[in-house]
Amino acid sequence: MAESKSTRELTMSRAMVSAIAHEMREDSEVFYMGEDVADYGGIFDSTQGLREEFGYDRVMDVPISETAYLGAAVGAAQVGMRPIAELMFVDFFGVAMDQIYNQMAKNTYMSGGNVSVPMVLTAAVGGTYNDAAQHSQTLYGTFAHVPGLKVVVPSTAYDAKGLMHNAIRDDDPVLYMFHKRLMGIGWMPAPEGPKTPVPETEYTIPFGSADVKRAGDDVTIVTLGLHVHRALEAAETLADEGMSAEVIDLRSLVPLDTDTIVESVEKTGSLVVVDEDYRSFGVTGEIVATVADESLGALESVERVAVPDVPIPYSRPLEDEVIPSTKDIVSAVQRTQ
Amino acid sequence: MPLVSEQTMEEMFENMVTARHYEERLQEEYLEGKQPAFDISAGPIPGELHLAAGHEAAAAGVVQHLRDDDVVTATHRPHHVAIAKGVDLERMTAEIFGRETGLGKGKGGHMHLFDPDVNFACSGIIAEGCPPAVGAGLAAKKRNTDSVAVSFLGEGAIDQGAFLESLNFAAVFDLPVVFVIEDNDWAISMPKERVTDVENGSKRADGFEMPGVRVDCDDAIEIAEVAGEAIGRARDRNGPTLMEVQVHRRMGHFMGDPETYRPEADQEAAADRDSIERLEADLRDAGVTDDRIEEIRTAAHDRVEEAIEWAKEQPQPEADAAHEDVFVNPMNGVTDSEPDFEAIGGDD
Ligand SMILES: Cc1ncc(C[n+]2csc(CCOP(=O)(O)OP(=O)(O)O)c2C)c(N)n1
Ligand SMILES: [Mg+2]
Repeated sequence: MAESKSTRELTMSRAMVSAIAHEMREDSEVFYMGEDVADYGGIFDSTQGLREEFGYDRVMDVPISETAYLGAAVGAAQVGMRPIAELMFVDFFGVAMDQIYNQMAKNTYMSGGNVSVPMVLTAAVGGTYNDAAQHSQTLYGTFAHVPGLKVVVPSTAYDAKGLMHNAIRDDDPVLYMFHKRLMGIGWMPAPEGPKTPVPETEYTIPFGSADVKRAGDDVTIVTLGLHVHRALEAAETLADEGMSAEVIDLRSLVPLDTDTIVESVEKTGSLVVVDEDYRSFGVTGEIVATVADESLGALESVERVAVPDVPIPYSRPLEDEVIPSTKDIVSAVQRTQ
Repeated sequence: MPLVSEQTMEEMFENMVTARHYEERLQEEYLEGKQPAFDISAGPIPGELHLAAGHEAAAAGVVQHLRDDDVVTATHRPHHVAIAKGVDLERMTAEIFGRETGLGKGKGGHMHLFDPDVNFACSGIIAEGCPPAVGAGLAAKKRNTDSVAVSFLGEGAIDQGAFLESLNFAAVFDLPVVFVIEDNDWAISMPKERVTDVENGSKRADGFEMPGVRVDCDDAIEIAEVAGEAIGRARDRNGPTLMEVQVHRRMGHFMGDPETYRPEADQEAAADRDSIERLEADLRDAGVTDDRIEEIRTAAHDRVEEAIEWAKEQPQPEADAAHEDVFVNPMNGVTDSEPDFEAIGGDD
């Protein structure tokens, strides 16, 4: 079937960049700051071609001074610009955490709503390529935990574009966490799934709208990022065994689409939460607790699939052991039945 | 008498040719399974690999003044420094291959090498090695020993808070720490002049009332002389020094870097200036024979081959081992010191 003129298949990185470029064309107050975002085009292709179109002033390579440039993004946003600042790896948050946790997230509240921080913080997340403990984390829970940040996690090119349009237009600080393995980078092959048709026209995907990626009756699998694709693969395997799994892609952690999750669990009775972050005090516990709060009676069985509470190890057999695999998801679902 | 003896020159040369050959071999092993399409997670060495060809003189010149009890922290580009510090080459290689007998049992990888026997550590986040080096200096001062600490960093790291705070901390408490900037002109794709107005990074020292010195070339002998002074000052309790050394990045930032951002002339200039060739010429001038030079080179190559061969024979870690080593004590802490109420008659 021939693709329509206004829709083409894009990698997640191309889709993300197309939204940024569109917003930069529309609004001269939008600019991008980060390390290696100009000539290199982003280590994970997050800014490919932007410097060529917009020049160094609007696609700025910055010193390796995350506290200064993330804080500068907060400051520029507070006076009305719409900066996008990139953390090359989310793991580097540590050197700038004060600006993120105590300013970006809190200035709106502390000012009684009189100050807004319309910035986007983009960050590459995730493992599966043996980059070890300081370059493989997702840290979803760490950022969703602090009040005041909206946190979005695309899993497909289509979502990446719509969520990015919304992120730049939102008057609040948005953390946009893109998984390296999904970007469609030549040297890090993506799984089937993230490359999707993407309309050329602009569109927004509202935050807090989870996407039911696959409908099912026996079990609800709630996940995000890379693991949406692993969960879909698991659902295929389970279907062969006669089990019907519903797969929900959260798309944003803050706000969280509680209704879609609860509705699904009320239908299936079983909840499996899959997360590439650490198990304790994180996304899996939060989703289970939320469902328990809202609809305890519906919960017949629960499983959590996440990184056990250890740093991400380097060696292949060790990393494979801790990052949830498709097989781990299948087994968890089987345990609920 | 020259400050740097012939024996020291030979040692530096040995360290440098070992590091260069080691990385040439690592590169070959790394690319296995990554041809024709480069897939970062494929092959016997997966993940990122940052090689230091062109940086060897900085490590050799500085570290040859150090003892095993002196602490070194290195960066994401650590092999040349580790080799100069005397890190166990076999176990380091096994770590890079992700094997069970590696320095970190396969948990750390090439950016996170720890050899406590010679007080070496490295890490992957910019400038994060500076504060622990300051801590080692603090410990030396508190314990009244003459150990020193050396922290290596790239010129891209001189804009990072951890570095600047460490300079101040070391200066205000007169700690025996030497900060060594390896200036290769690039931070991945960002040329130095794009991100700092300071051409000479050692000038950062001025704001902290600390000696700052730059070596404008990668001449191992000159580096050794300047480092000798700085390390001597630290050992004599005369406080910290910041030194910068001009080195060259002969390769991409990491393996697989297309370097499309880098002018060809710059690449060629880096390739043309080889600190190993320069030191070899210096050795000849000092009267060292060709045979002796060849002997050093052969021994270094053999050592590298043995380490790589040994590493490749080592077992992969068991998957279950992933759950171990988060703590050294049990989760509930050290519990055998709880008072025994019966023994002390607390309960009748
Ligand atoms: C805090 C932090 N920010 C960014 C990075 C990503 N990064 C890794 S190496 C590098 C460039 C470092 O340049 P330089 O310090 O000059 O060392 P070189 O690689 O040239 O040896 C960057 C930006 C990081 N590891 N840590
Ligand atoms: Mg550099």
